[in-house]
Amino acid sequence: MSELKQELKEKIIEQLNLEDVSVEEIADNDALFGDGLGLDSIDALELIVMLDKDYGIKLSDPKEGRKIFESVEVMANYIAENRTK
Amino acid sequence: MNKELYIENFAHIRDNKLYLNGKVLFTDASEEFSGFIKAAYKSQDTKYPKFFKMDNLSKLAFLTADVLLNTFPSEENIENTAIILSNRASSLDTDRKHQQSIKDEENYYPSPAVFVYTLPNICIGEISIKHKLYSENSFFIFEHFNAVHLFNYASSLLNSGKADKVLCGWADYDDDKYDAFLYLVGPNGNIKHNKEEITRLYKL
Repeated sequence: MSELKQELKEKIIEQLNLEDVSVEEIADNDALFGDGLGLDSIDALELIVMLDKDYGIKLSDPKEGRKIFESVEVMANYIAENRTK
Repeated sequence: MNKELYIENFAHIRDNKLYLNGKVLFTDASEEFSGFIKAAYKSQDTKYPKFFKMDNLSKLAFLTADVLLNTFPSEENIENTAIILSNRASSLDTDRKHQQSIKDEENYYPSPAVFVYTLPNICIGEISIKHKLYSENSFFIFEHFNAVHLFNYASSLLNSGKADKVLCGWADYDDDKYDAFLYLVGPNGNIKHNKEEITRLYKL
């Protein structure tokens, strides 16, 4: 699980172009949206595409993302339980 | 009666250099635009993380405009500064990236972050958001820099009172080739706002 969390942090930084953020700065339970990393609605859509492309998880309802993308910890748990690749 | 209008300040980004009023603010030997524009952004100490999410056209227009709008006197109200931009390649560079991501039905993963930049006027939105401009704006596509059109439109906005100042110019990006020239038109300054001066400054 810790490998998956590390992988997710690296993907989030790279795919969302978080130029001034390092992996070490993202704690497992940090909020990804709002006051945490400050991601926006386009970032949320980008994460939905990432779940599909990299882990074979299709979210039919974008509102599901609100809970799943709460933190790296929550994301990693969801991916571990639902991944198809 | 038409107002006396002036080109208050102007900025260029071309040939690995960032200029303000003809003076080099930053230069860099990066071979690719991505490296150059990132270094130019950092040189200006502009704390705006969203810059890194922009496409290349928006980065080009945003940074040129930012340098120019930072000259805005603090006692003046920037809010009613209109924006009229133009270029040749529209958003073609980003359009191609998006097209690449959707051409294979077996590997169909269009990026929302790329798709949102598949219009040229998005760069105006980026400038407006950063500087909190609630003003009229337009983006035109021309084969070449069109001083006449920019002059007529800016004059009309200012003489009709629809804007207090107008940020005008050209921001063109395609396939790692780039050229930006923006200028601010308003009631103050030493350079008269006319077609000849706009053309002269563009060619500097």
